[in-house]
Amino acid sequence: MKNRTRWGHFRNSEAASGLLLLSPTAIYAILMLAAPLATITLYSVFKDDYLTIIREFTFDNYIEAWTNVQIRTVMIRSLGVSLSVTAVTVLLAFPVAYFVSFHVPPARKSMWLFLITIPFWTSYLIRVFLWKVILGYNGVVNSGLLGLGVIDEPLTFILYNVNAVVITLAHAYAPFAILPIFVSLEKIDRSLLEAGLDLGESKFRTFLRVTLPLAMPGVVASVLIVFIPTVGDYVTPHLVGGPEGRMVANLIQLQYLKLDNYPLGSALAVSAMGVVTIISLLFLYLNRRYLRGPQS
Amino acid sequence: MTGGWFRVYAFGYLIFLYAPIVLLPMFAFNDATIIAFPLTGFTTRWFSAMFDNPPLHLAVKNSLMVAVTSSVIATCLGVFAARASTRYNFPLKGGLMGLIMLPLVLPEIIVAVSLLVVLLGIGVNLSLLTVILGHVLICTPFAIAILSSAFQGLDRSLEEAAYDLGETAFSTFRLIILPLVMPGVISSLLIAFTISLDEFIIAFFLAGTETTLPIYIFSQFRFPKAVPVIMALGTILVCLSITLLTIAEIFRRRGIAKAGGKDSGGFL
Amino acid sequence: MSAEKPTMIEFRRVQKYYGDYHALRGINASIRAGEFFSLLGPSGCGKTTLLRTIAGFEGISDGAVLVDGKDMAGVPANQRPTNMVFQSYAIFPHLTVAENVGFGLRRARLPKDELARQVGTALEMVGLSGYGARAAHALSGGQRQRVALARALILKPKVLLLDEPLSALDKKLREQMQVELIKLQRQVGITFVLVTHDQEEALVMSDRIAVMFEGEIDQLADPETLYRHPTSRRVANFIGTMNFMPATVLAENGSGIEVEAQGFGRVTLDAAQAAGTPSPDGASIGFRPETLTILFDNQAAVDRESVATIEEVVYYGDMTYYDARLDGMQSPVRISMRNVFGRPVLDIGARARVAWSPGALVLFR
Repeated sequence: MKNRTRWGHFRNSEAASGLLLLSPTAIYAILMLAAPLATITLYSVFKDDYLTIIREFTFDNYIEAWTNVQIRTVMIRSLGVSLSVTAVTVLLAFPVAYFVSFHVPPARKSMWLFLITIPFWTSYLIRVFLWKVILGYNGVVNSGLLGLGVIDEPLTFILYNVNAVVITLAHAYAPFAILPIFVSLEKIDRSLLEAGLDLGESKFRTFLRVTLPLAMPGVVASVLIVFIPTVGDYVTPHLVGGPEGRMVANLIQLQYLKLDNYPLGSALAVSAMGVVTIISLLFLYLNRRYLRGPQS
Repeated sequence: MTGGWFRVYAFGYLIFLYAPIVLLPMFAFNDATIIAFPLTGFTTRWFSAMFDNPPLHLAVKNSLMVAVTSSVIATCLGVFAARASTRYNFPLKGGLMGLIMLPLVLPEIIVAVSLLVVLLGIGVNLSLLTVILGHVLICTPFAIAILSSAFQGLDRSLEEAAYDLGETAFSTFRLIILPLVMPGVISSLLIAFTISLDEFIIAFFLAGTETTLPIYIFSQFRFPKAVPVIMALGTILVCLSITLLTIAEIFRRRGIAKAGGKDSGGFL
Repeated sequence: MSAEKPTMIEFRRVQKYYGDYHALRGINASIRAGEFFSLLGPSGCGKTTLLRTIAGFEGISDGAVLVDGKDMAGVPANQRPTNMVFQSYAIFPHLTVAENVGFGLRRARLPKDELARQVGTALEMVGLSGYGARAAHALSGGQRQRVALARALILKPKVLLLDEPLSALDKKLREQMQVELIKLQRQVGITFVLVTHDQEEALVMSDRIAVMFEGEIDQLADPETLYRHPTSRRVANFIGTMNFMPATVLAENGSGIEVEAQGFGRVTLDAAQAAGTPSPDGASIGFRPETLTILFDNQAAVDRESVATIEEVVYYGDMTYYDARLDGMQSPVRISMRNVFGRPVLDIGARARVAWSPGALVLFR
C-alpha cells in the first residue's frame, strides 16, 4: 500500500528536492567529465589520419598500444613504478598514522595533521623540481656528500631514471597515504583494544588481531588513493625520469600534443585506466576475501 | 613498540617531508647560480629579479584570475552537491556523486586530454576560460568533501526548529544553515584557490597560448640561469600556501567552536 | 476532574507508511484543549511519528489530523498553530539566548523594545531572566531546554509539542523539570502533548495518557485508570510493575466472574475488573506489588489472608521489595512495602502472612 492521499506527494518531493539541488553540479560533471571520457573512449576506436580522424571503427590503436615494444615497456614500467610507490608510501605512512592516532593527545592531533598536509598544498611543480635539484649531478646530495668526503665522485644513479621517479612520487603522495589510514585508526573503539589487553594478549598480538584488521579499510583507501593517480603522473617522470623513466602520461602527451594522434593517445589513456581499474578491483576483491575486514 | 620509537620515526618522517621545501629559502637567498652546497653568501637579487619580469607578472595575474573564478564556482557547485547529498535521499544519488567525485582519483592527464578532445571537437578556442572549466572540475570534489563535513555537523532538528518557528526553506538556509557552514565555505574557497593556483597539467593542455604561473615556471626549467629565480618564486609561493592554509585551518576550528562541536582533526 | 473541554487535536483513522513499513495503524484519538497529554510507549511504537504529524514534519498516508477543528492536510509545518520542543532542543548555536527566543517573532517585525520586552517575559517565565546576552552554545542541558521552551511559548501557540524533552537530563534534574513543566502548563493554560518512553514521567505529569505499541493506541486514559484498570497485559506490564498468576475462569454471570487463581484460590471479581483486550497467553490474574501486604507481629488482615515463603529481600531506601511465594504458587511474586519504621526483619526462607483483597486483582483472559 503506497501513499494515496494529498500528503503522499510529501515523500516524493524529497527525492525531487535532492535531485534538483544536485543538478547544477551533476550536469556540470556529466558535461565536463562523463561526456569527454566517453568521447576519448570513442576516439580510441577510430582511425588516425594525417591531420584528422577517420570515424571508422578499428582496434588498431589498441593493437598498437599493446604490441609496440616501446609502448608496452613504458606501460609496464608505469605500473611497476606505481606499485612500488604505493607499497613504499603506504608502508612508511602507517607508522606515522598510528603514532598520531594512538600516541598524540587529542588536542594536538589536528596540529600534527596540519603539519603533515602542508607540503601537499605547496606547488607540486616546485617540489618535483626541488628533487631534481637535490638528486642532480651538481645537486644538493652530491655536493653535500662530496663535501663531507663520503664519496669521491658524484652519484649518477639517483637522477634521470626510475629511482628518482619513485623517490619523488613517494614524497609527493605521502600525505595522501597517511590521512585515510589515520581516519580508520581513529574510528577504532579504544575499549576493544583495552579488552584485548585485559584478556591477556600482548600489545603486538592485539595490534595484529584487532587494530590491523579494523584499519584495513583505511589502508585500502590509502593504497587506491596513491596507486591510481601515480600511474598517470606526468610532471615527475618528465622532470626527473630521463629517457629511462618515462611513464604512460608522457606518451599520452606526446601523442596528443606533438604527434596529433588522438586515437592512439586515447587508446593509451583508456588502456592505462583499464589496467588500473582491473588491478584496483582485484585488490579490493582479494582484500574482501582474505581479510574479511569490516566493509567500509 | 613504545611511544618513544614512534615519535622518533614520526619526526624523521616530517623531516623527510619538509627537507626539499626547506631548501627553497636556503637557496633563494644564496648568492650562486647553481643549487649545490656549500652556500656562498646572502643576496636578495633573485627576489628583485622577479619584479622586473613582465611575463611572470602576466602569468601571476592570469593564475590569480583563474584561481579566484574557479574557487568561487567550485564552492558554489560544492554547496549544492554537499547539501543535496547530506540532506536528501534520491535515486541515482550514489552514481551521480561517484561521478562528481571521480576527479579525486583520476590522473589529471586523463581529465586534461578528454576535455581537450571535446573542446576542440566542438570548436571552442583554448584559453583561460577553458582552463577554468578544467579547474572547476577538479576543485569541486575537494569543495564537496569539506562542505559535506560542515553540513553533516548540522543538527537536522535545527532546520525543523526554524521551520516550526515560521521560517521558509530559503530564510532557514539564509539565517541558520549558511551561517553555520560559513567556516566550511571559506575553507573550501581557500583550498580550491590553492589547488587552482598550483595546478599545472590541465592548464598546460587547455590554456592554448595563454600562460598561468605553473606553465611559466615549467617553461623556465630548461634555463639553468633561471633556477635561482625559481627558488625565490617558490619560496614566496610556499609562504603563500602556508598562510592560506593556516587561515583555512583557523576558520575550520572557529567554525567548530561556534557550533559547539568537537574537533575531529583535519579536513577530510 | 473538570468538565469536558473542547477538542484541540483530533486523529481520525490516521495511517502512515514508510514504504512497506506500517508505522501508524489507524489512530483514533482526541486531545482536549488545555490538557497535559502524553504519548507513551517503547521505542519504535510510533509515538514520535504521531507527534510529528501534528507538527507537520511527517505526512500521513490516510486519515486526517485536525488541530483546533481544522484539517491540517496541506498545511506546512511553518504555518501551523503548533510549536515544538525538540529532543536535542535544537538551540541555534550561533545566536545568543535572546536571539534564539525571539527568533520566531522575526517575521512579526516588532519594534525593538517590544521585542525585547516579550523576550524578557518569556525568559522570566522559564526562569532564565538575565540570560539574554549569553551565547547559546555555552549553556547546560537544562538551560537549553528552558530556552527551547521559551522560544516556543513566546509565539503563543495553541499546542506545545514536546519530543522526549527530559531524556537527556540526569535523574535529579529530570524530576525537577517534571514539576516545573506541570507548573508551566498550568500557568500558560495551553495544550501540551508530550512524547516519552518513561512511564513514571507520563504518570507524574499527564492529565491523560495514550499508551502505544507497534503503531496503535492500546489504551487512552488518565494515569489512575491506566494503573489500576489496564485493558491489556502489554499496558499492565509497561506501566509500573505487575505480577501475573495463571488463572481459570470458572463461571460468569450477572453477579460477577468466578475465577480460580493460582495461590489465591477461588475469588469472585466484578466485570469491571476484567481487562478488555483478550490475551493470547491464556487467562491470568494481575496485581500490583503494593496491593499485597506482609503482616508483621499481630497485625490483622483487612480482607483475605494467605501464607507465603520469602525467597528474596531487596532494600531500596524508602521501600523494601520481597519476592514471596504464596502457598500454591509455582513462582514467586513481588511485594513492595514502605519502610516506615526502619527495616522490617525477614529472613530468606521465613514464612510470612500476606494480606490481599480480591478487589485489587485484574483479570486478563
